[in-house]
Amino acid sequence: MTAFLHRRKGAIPYLLLGPGVAWLLVFFVVPMYYLGKTSLSSGLFPLFNFNWAWGNFRDAITSYQTQFVRSGEYAGIATVIALVVSYPLAYWIAFRGGRWKNLFLLLVIAPFFVTYLIRTLAWETILADNGIVVHTLQHLGILGPDGRLLATSAAVIAGITYNFLPFMVLPLYVSLEQVDQRLIEAAEDLYASRPLAFLRVTLPLSLPGVFAGVLLTFIPAAGDFINAQLLGTPQQYMIGNVIQSEFLSVRDYPTAASLSFVLMAAILALVLVFARILGTERLTVAA
Amino acid sequence: MTERLTRQELVRRALAGGALLTVPGLAAACGGSSKSAATSAAGGKAVLPKHLTFSNWPLYIDVNSKTKTHPSLVQFEKHYHVNVTYLEDINDNDSFFGKIEGPLSQGQSINRDLIVMTDSSGLPQRMIQLGWLEKIDKSAVPNMKNLQPTLRHPSWDPNRDYSLPWQSGMTGIGYDPKKVGGDISSVKDLLTNPKLKGKVTLLTEMADSVGLVMAANGDDPGHVTDASFNRAIQTMQKAVSSGQVRQFTGNDYAPLLARGDIYACFAWSGDMVQLQADHPGLKWVLPDTGGMIWTDQMLIPKGGNVYGASVLMNWYYDPKIAAEVEDYVNYICPVVGADKVLLKTDPAVAKNPLIFPTKKMLANVHEFDAKALNNPKYKKAFQHLIGA
Repeated sequence: MTAFLHRRKGAIPYLLLGPGVAWLLVFFVVPMYYLGKTSLSSGLFPLFNFNWAWGNFRDAITSYQTQFVRSGEYAGIATVIALVVSYPLAYWIAFRGGRWKNLFLLLVIAPFFVTYLIRTLAWETILADNGIVVHTLQHLGILGPDGRLLATSAAVIAGITYNFLPFMVLPLYVSLEQVDQRLIEAAEDLYASRPLAFLRVTLPLSLPGVFAGVLLTFIPAAGDFINAQLLGTPQQYMIGNVIQSEFLSVRDYPTAASLSFVLMAAILALVLVFARILGTERLTVAA
Repeated sequence: MTERLTRQELVRRALAGGALLTVPGLAAACGGSSKSAATSAAGGKAVLPKHLTFSNWPLYIDVNSKTKTHPSLVQFEKHYHVNVTYLEDINDNDSFFGKIEGPLSQGQSINRDLIVMTDSSGLPQRMIQLGWLEKIDKSAVPNMKNLQPTLRHPSWDPNRDYSLPWQSGMTGIGYDPKKVGGDISSVKDLLTNPKLKGKVTLLTEMADSVGLVMAANGDDPGHVTDASFNRAIQTMQKAVSSGQVRQFTGNDYAPLLARGDIYACFAWSGDMVQLQADHPGLKWVLPDTGGMIWTDQMLIPKGGNVYGASVLMNWYYDPKIAAEVEDYVNYICPVVGADKVLLKTDPAVAKNPLIFPTKKMLANVHEFDAKALNNPKYKKAFQHLIGA
């Protein structure tokens, strides 16, 4: 083996790539092939015939446009809120955390020690009609006496934001942590005010983290269905709920498969636009 | 009345049957291509397997709270010297079907000898059509004579060749009289009363929600037509759009009702018996326009041990054993005579109309049209309603 590697140094990178490529091939490319085939089939469960049924895609988009748009909206709002909440938090941990940094980071990911489903169910209790949050908001007059949080869009967006927040904090922290303090000092030496130094030095240097955080939050959020299912009503259902019910309840696999493809394509398109805006070289830095 | 078969008796019976019946006749009676059926037809000998696997829903059998074992199963194991693995891995008909559909469609075994699925999900019927179920070895289930007469001839399995009820349940209205401000017994009220706005949930099971609303519309849920189906969907759509209906749920309506987040909902009888234990104020009624009834069916998936599973079915159709189960489970018992046993051991259960319903109640429940259950058009329309 060593002799072989000596003779063919060029093979080493490929050998290193091997496990990853094999993994992708078996668990991504092959399922994709079958999903693609199913999305272009027609018929009734359990007999679906592959016949280039492109109409599936048109039907999927026209029937479930509302849920597609809603998924984008909810995921977008949740991502923005997560960014606004996470940035100061990550900034504070990176620059002011001192020797407690690791402890604070542990606290950020602590919720992951409890399963996703249980955390979301806990929100059902927190936001319950007779719960403390609703009562407080009613006292403050923000919520009417008959108002509720559970089973509203607000609850679903709050749930998504909460569940994906750590995915935003961690990449932000990593990029802020890497910012060279001397650059900020230099800016201040050159008479930049503190806010200006932040805007011209720290913020641009942390953009790769923003980019990664936004992707890591937005992509899973757009496909999420648990939050809408548990904290929402049919009026809050997202595209994930539709795909789930098409697969498990209606058992219309072709529609479910084409919906999955449309979702993937839509997310990919959004990511590309986003990468354009932030600049492609930042994309490579972030990746 | 009780016929608990011993192994020897069974062998004798099979031999006698073999002598009397022609081989093809017996093969038809015993069904399928299963190994045990084949051996009993050929050699006249049916042998119990060493091991059986039984998949059921959670909290659906008797439990000894100290040892965490199931006494009725332990007795079976001792009596027949068969090990039974009891799995509580069925939480939802659709999800469970999604899990077993892959192997069954490839002709592979799912490593289970007995499973329990609800008729109103349309799936037992579907599995018969697909040829994914084994026929019950009826010669091993003499206790089948204890089956409630009303349950003997379902349209989708008229001779009970493939299925035998485990428990039945009714779907009606569950509510909190304190919050509602009195009693409620009309589906119309649930869907339109402004006092209940945003405090009502319906069920994600099509047969339950559509059936109850259909009955309230004056249509017959037992004979679904396009017109009556669409009427029911429109009635519900109005209530969803106006915000009257808050959610469609599985059995997660229970905590919502207990917490007071909702005041009234479509609810299953057995769940309510359980809820009432902790929240005695809650009530359950059959709507004045009629409720729905459904039955969870024991089925033998392809590749399961037919003879072993049939003997296990027979065991649970002994009224004494059925009574033991019923003392823990709060659904409707399909076994005649179990109430007589319970009258002596636990009269409160025997007299609970949600477990042994009165004739009047049974006259006021509908069974959803089996032909409509798997109609893709209906399924789509209903999913649209609950998901859009």
